[in-house]
Amino acid sequence: MSDHDTLTPAPRKVVLGFQDVEDLTAPDLPNEPLPLNMGPSHPAMHGTVRMVLEVEGERISSADIQIGYLHRCFEKESESATWTQVFPYTDRLNYISPMLNNVGYAMAVEKLLGITKEIPERAQYIRVIVGEVSRITDHLTCLGASAMELGAFTVFLYALKAREWLFELLEEVCGARLTSTYLRIGGVAYDLPPDFDAKLRSILERTLVVMSDISKLLDRNRIFRDRMDGIGIITQADALAYGITGPVGRSTGLAYDVRKDHPYLVYDRFDFDVPVGSVGDNFDRYAVRVEEIHQSMRILDQALKQIPAGPFMHPDPRISLPPKSEVYNSIEAMIAHFKNIMDGIAVPSGEVYSYTEAGNGELGFYLVSDGTGRPWKCRVRPPCFSATEVLTKVLPGLFIADVVPTFGMINMIGGECDR
Amino acid sequence: MGALDWVTTKLTDATNWARKWSLFQYPFVTACCGMEFMSVAAPKYDIARFGAEFPRFSPRQADLLIIVGTITERQGPALRRIYDQMCEPKWVVAFGVCASTGGFYQNYSTMPGADQVVPVDVYIPGCPPRPEQVLDGLMMLQERIQRGEGHSQITIKAEAGYDVPLAAIRPIGHKAETP
Amino acid sequence: MAQIVLDQLNAKFTGGEILESGTTHGDEWARIRRDAWVAVATFLRDDPATKMEMFTDLTSVDRLGIHGGNPDAPRFDVVVHLYSVSHKHRVRLYCGVNEDDAWVDTLVNVWAGADWYEREAYDLYGVRFKGHPDLRRILMYPEFVGHPLRKDYPKEKRQPLVRRNAGTRE
Repeated sequence: MSDHDTLTPAPRKVVLGFQDVEDLTAPDLPNEPLPLNMGPSHPAMHGTVRMVLEVEGERISSADIQIGYLHRCFEKESESATWTQVFPYTDRLNYISPMLNNVGYAMAVEKLLGITKEIPERAQYIRVIVGEVSRITDHLTCLGASAMELGAFTVFLYALKAREWLFELLEEVCGARLTSTYLRIGGVAYDLPPDFDAKLRSILERTLVVMSDISKLLDRNRIFRDRMDGIGIITQADALAYGITGPVGRSTGLAYDVRKDHPYLVYDRFDFDVPVGSVGDNFDRYAVRVEEIHQSMRILDQALKQIPAGPFMHPDPRISLPPKSEVYNSIEAMIAHFKNIMDGIAVPSGEVYSYTEAGNGELGFYLVSDGTGRPWKCRVRPPCFSATEVLTKVLPGLFIADVVPTFGMINMIGGECDR
Repeated sequence: MGALDWVTTKLTDATNWARKWSLFQYPFVTACCGMEFMSVAAPKYDIARFGAEFPRFSPRQADLLIIVGTITERQGPALRRIYDQMCEPKWVVAFGVCASTGGFYQNYSTMPGADQVVPVDVYIPGCPPRPEQVLDGLMMLQERIQRGEGHSQITIKAEAGYDVPLAAIRPIGHKAETP
Repeated sequence: MAQIVLDQLNAKFTGGEILESGTTHGDEWARIRRDAWVAVATFLRDDPATKMEMFTDLTSVDRLGIHGGNPDAPRFDVVVHLYSVSHKHRVRLYCGVNEDDAWVDTLVNVWAGADWYEREAYDLYGVRFKGHPDLRRILMYPEFVGHPLRKDYPKEKRQPLVRRNAGTRE
């Protein structure tokens, strides 16, 4: 009797995860790969990303991540705007931490102008303060949204409650809750309001309580840990090859933080730690972000103590607008105002790459100037572009359900990834 | 005959009242306005008190499509398909100035407003709009639903044979208006 | 600050592969001849004195009609930014290509992360990357015709995929 006449199915090697179990038998189930489309409108696809997954059963065998659904042409728009008019576009890059993008762009133009050392000290401290407040909102939003996608809706509400306080504070500073456009080339647009110190301190105290509530809900939660531990591991070698920085890069063990390694503004005057993970899984990314919130609060505490009084804008009228009282009363100031607004700041021709630590990692601005008041090229090097890219390598082998926490912890922001 | 009309009118009013207080929203979130949408859904500016709390993440189960954020040309087919998959009566809110008119993006990739592909009932401008503005827009939508003047409601009437002119939508003001 | 990188490059590649190099605004940069593109990149990654393990950025610049520019210069520049985490220095590499001959060798085999960046440069500028495993559009949709970030592509020229029926209720 040959094998072909038997009706019992032949024993088949069953593959469980990464191990082959030799002595398990299974009936011959159909196992062609099934294409599964997640997105572009999907609750867990933060914004719009389309993932075309090929799954075998529940396991992903290949992932094609299609971005570009939020391509709003930042570069092309900035080529027809003046240097200062690019600020609103930068707000909308990583829109959960808009001040950090403003800081990055302002520093890039100042590097090209050569006035980095001449920014008034008070302006530098203000930039650090609003930047760190933005970093806290960034991480709160990321944690809240990701926790909600795993079912922890209460964590989302707590995180948003804390974020509301910070938004209201930012609204007192610059007039807008989210898209602030607060920075200008050479300084900041307005000074801090008089009771900013007391308000920020009280908000940080309350945020600490919120963070401890969130930690109590998530850190030792069986469901949360089971879904996050050991899932979506990114190796340090991959982080280097793909250029992944920020919380995702540091969770792999790569100890690189622009604020520590290449201090800019006044970051070298503060005493703070940079959390670095060890395993590179989703839980590490979560833990790194939680710890970064605490470190940001440390920086804010020191910055509020150290901030000096003084001007908040560079004095050169070719760079900054003169005060309104002078504009309406003296012809020189009016002409300076007019030239500054209509022609833009005359940045000398040249190219520069400037990098700061944004919410997701090293946010680089590569500017090419042709000597006029409008950029020739204003390239953003987006940190979450690399992190999303590595997912094409990390997702195969995971379950479909693992896509949700992994993608959430990468913190891919469409405005930044697609620009 | 008059009595029957009175009954059906009151029935329609009652149905519209129920619809406006139990909107099942499908938040088509793309960009920065999504953050303000999250704030509207958060405890402080609670959208739940309007009955529109829990997002239905399937267009088949939703009746309010909230288009939050910039729509790019690439998303057009997906947005149209989602709108087509919803059952009538359905309403569309353009949240944010990018979804209304394209915002300050005028380029090769941004669609100048979501109303290029779907008919929009209420436009909420703002970049991003404050949560109070969103709630105001929601109340305007409720007014429109109550009057039966959403695009989809008019289409239903037109298809049922009633003579409804295209410009049947009256402006909604904040003063009390007598129809 | 990263002068060591330029020194190592100039010491190793003596056959004219480094067309120009220098430091402006605190950034070190070098212009590489196209045929040495992958060789220079591999050297920078592996040499212990430079050790550029981290791939930071790849983009392209369209210099068509730039004020005060050289009219004979190549139209596109492929620009790569590299970083070394161990030595904390950076470098920028340029490779100029003409419009009718716009291709460079791919860097995917040197740093895996170059994949999507090269796809973006191809999508928006039309520069091809020889040897890239999957060179297709990434930010624009496949039906899009043209390369939008080129200076001769008008900013507001839309190519819509779908539009509503105007004048009807739908």
